[in-house]
Amino acid sequence: MHEWALAEAVIAAASEIAEKERLKEVKEVKIKVGELQQIELNILKFALSQLKPAKFKDAKFSIEVARAELKCRVCGQKWVFRKEKLDESTAEAIHFVPEIAHAYIKCPKCGSPDFEILEGRGVWLESIKGVKQGDG
Amino acid sequence: MVDPRTSIINERMRGIGRIIAVSSGKGGVGKSLVAATLALTLAKKGYNVGLFDLDFTSPSTHIILGIEGVKPKEEKGIVPPIVHGIKYMSIIYYSGEYVSPLRGADVSNALIELLSITRWERLDFLVMDMPPGIGDATLDLIRLIRNIEFLIVTTPAQLAFETVRKLVSLLKELKIPVIGVVENMRMNNSKTIQQQTMKLSVEFLEEIPYDPKVEEAIGNTNKLLGTTFAKKVQQIASKI
Repeated sequence: MHEWALAEAVIAAASEIAEKERLKEVKEVKIKVGELQQIELNILKFALSQLKPAKFKDAKFSIEVARAELKCRVCGQKWVFRKEKLDESTAEAIHFVPEIAHAYIKCPKCGSPDFEILEGRGVWLESIKGVKQGDG
Repeated sequence: MVDPRTSIINERMRGIGRIIAVSSGKGGVGKSLVAATLALTLAKKGYNVGLFDLDFTSPSTHIILGIEGVKPKEEKGIVPPIVHGIKYMSIIYYSGEYVSPLRGADVSNALIELLSITRWERLDFLVMDMPPGIGDATLDLIRLIRNIEFLIVTTPAQLAFETVRKLVSLLKELKIPVIGVVENMRMNNSKTIQQQTMKLSVEFLEEIPYDPKVEEAIGNTNKLLGTTFAKKVQQIASKI
């Protein structure tokens, strides 16, 4: 249920943006979720539906999943994260703190733990659309 | 794209009375020992205390306090277990015995992640054991936590104090409160660090003599609390 905490963060950030952009009603919130964090999308969606404030009543939350691409800083090798290759406790540790991947995952070519997470790390708020105050 | 996590951090910290970052310019000055013993002392005094080990690449407070075999509970985020009366959080729950070789940006990301998902609920004090120096963790905490205060540890070494001078200068420039400076591992009666601290217009909190008994007390909180070192930390606790 750590997805719940991330959903709270999404709602807090989206509310800040809605406030800043003077939206009286939010219609759409686009979220990007990286595969590295192995978020349970159903729990995230449920938490968002439970947490949304009145202004988000009719908002559609769309979630795009981005594959996690890693790049070795030593040899330049690029590869895609595969959860299936990890045991359960390692996968769980990465789920809570994706950077922990550096403790368990090595470059498949040269064996270095010094890699960059190019894409697909965690949860991002991509965009938010709504009706501005004063608009019909 | 917006990172939503930073929007929830102050909400997560709302129930905390004081947030104390135990920091130093250099490593090896006894910062983790001061942080862990301070948390332990405050908990023994009856306060609700949290301890957060932020030295992600070299965590050590779990060894000082002899913490093993516990895990946070997953409940709409993560709830740190209570050990020796302290809500204890460390990356060690996830990295275990493995090395976590993290670059600055990774340290930053892991820090933001844990700050945004950890539910401390109500605390009188949250003590944070910082990594040494003025790096990503220090800059992130200053950026993200509204009511943070710093407690700075040094040794009598001039090289250690030079880095303290820089840290104090940065914190003052950013108008971040500095509770004071602690001089650890004193070998003689020199007042140099005390005088130099006062020149920075920062309170000199305590001088702690080098205590060889501390090494034998690592991992045993009862023994640790019986050391001269811990008695001095108790005096610090009564001043903050």
